[in-house]
Amino acid sequence: MLTSSFVLGSTSHGFNGGDMLFQLVMFIILLALLKKFAWGPLMGIMTQREEHVANEIQAAEASRQEALKYLEEQREIVKQSRTEAGQLIENAKLQGEAQREDIVNQARLEAERVKESAKREIVQEKEKAITALREQVASLSVLIASKVIEKELSEADQEQLINDYIQEAGEGK
Amino acid sequence: MNHEAPLHDFMGLTFNLSNVLMITIASLVVFLIAVIGTRKLAMKPTGMQNFMEWIMDFVKGIINSNMDWRTGGQFQLLGMTLLMYIFVSNMLGLPFAISYDGVLWWKSPTADPVITLTLAVMVLGLTHYYAIKMKGAKGYFKAYKNPMTLVEEFTNSLTLGLRLYGNIYAGEVLLGLLAGTLAFSGPAGFIGAIVPTLVWQGYSIFVGSIQAFIFVTLTMVYLSHKVSDDH
Repeated sequence: MLTSSFVLGSTSHGFNGGDMLFQLVMFIILLALLKKFAWGPLMGIMTQREEHVANEIQAAEASRQEALKYLEEQREIVKQSRTEAGQLIENAKLQGEAQREDIVNQARLEAERVKESAKREIVQEKEKAITALREQVASLSVLIASKVIEKELSEADQEQLINDYIQEAGEGK
Repeated sequence: MNHEAPLHDFMGLTFNLSNVLMITIASLVVFLIAVIGTRKLAMKPTGMQNFMEWIMDFVKGIINSNMDWRTGGQFQLLGMTLLMYIFVSNMLGLPFAISYDGVLWWKSPTADPVITLTLAVMVLGLTHYYAIKMKGAKGYFKAYKNPMTLVEEFTNSLTLGLRLYGNIYAGEVLLGLLAGTLAFSGPAGFIGAIVPTLVWQGYSIFVGSIQAFIFVTLTMVYLSHKVSDDH
């Protein structure tokens, strides 16, 4: 009795079909209940967490990508503004050069004009002076001539002169 | 030690009432642990939720080592329930055995071959069900070209159930001998029984855990043999 009990345990009393059925039914009920009340929610939260982690990783990746993009953009902008600044300086230099040239040219032209007008004035003044001198010389010579004539003209000479005049007048007709 | 079983006939079937009681208690304990463990679910797990998630990952690991997760994922709930149920059942008989009027009431339900063989046959039945469901009838019968496979079915179910039963029953018998017989043989026997009882209880906890793990692992091995094509 002891040996058989050790070997087959409590089934030495025969076939317990009821136990089998009960165990089977209980296990199925347990499985169903646990699925509904424990494993289901637990799996749900684990999947949720997995999704959350995946989302977070994705978001981090995306923001990293965005940051990189922004960095590149900023770098581009800095480069651009640097070239722009260089260009501006270059332009200002060129403009200054041009302006300088312009001013110098203008000054030269002005000087030329002033010189020209001064020359013209000089010429005019010279001519005026010459004319005035000529007039004076003429009147002086007439004066001298009259003085000379008054003083030195002899009777004969006077005669001669009058004759010449008459001659001339006659020929002039 | 040689207790009677509280047998009861009902609708032509024989019920061992102690088995009925212990199955109910084990199921209840598993249900309570699982439900209490998953009451306060949070994205950041705390306390019991960590434990439940560890069980989930543990079973997931067992399944993953046997088959592809795409086919194995559906067996996770079965694996977790089996693991917890068998573990709790194994543990129930450890702290004490209650007998009343020469009838043994409190014990591990898995210390009864009827219970373990029922679980084993259920698992084998599931393997056949999923084999037909996933591979079709043609693929299912192709596995039986070799008649040895038929023999394997019987040996598988027998060894799966009897291995669990043998380990747990032997543990209980020895515990019964130590705590029940040796401890009552006199003062010296009582003192002498303390240390081996403690040692054997510790070892039985180990054995109970290992047996629950082995049962689930073998379940997954059999399932993967049936379900996957390359075996």
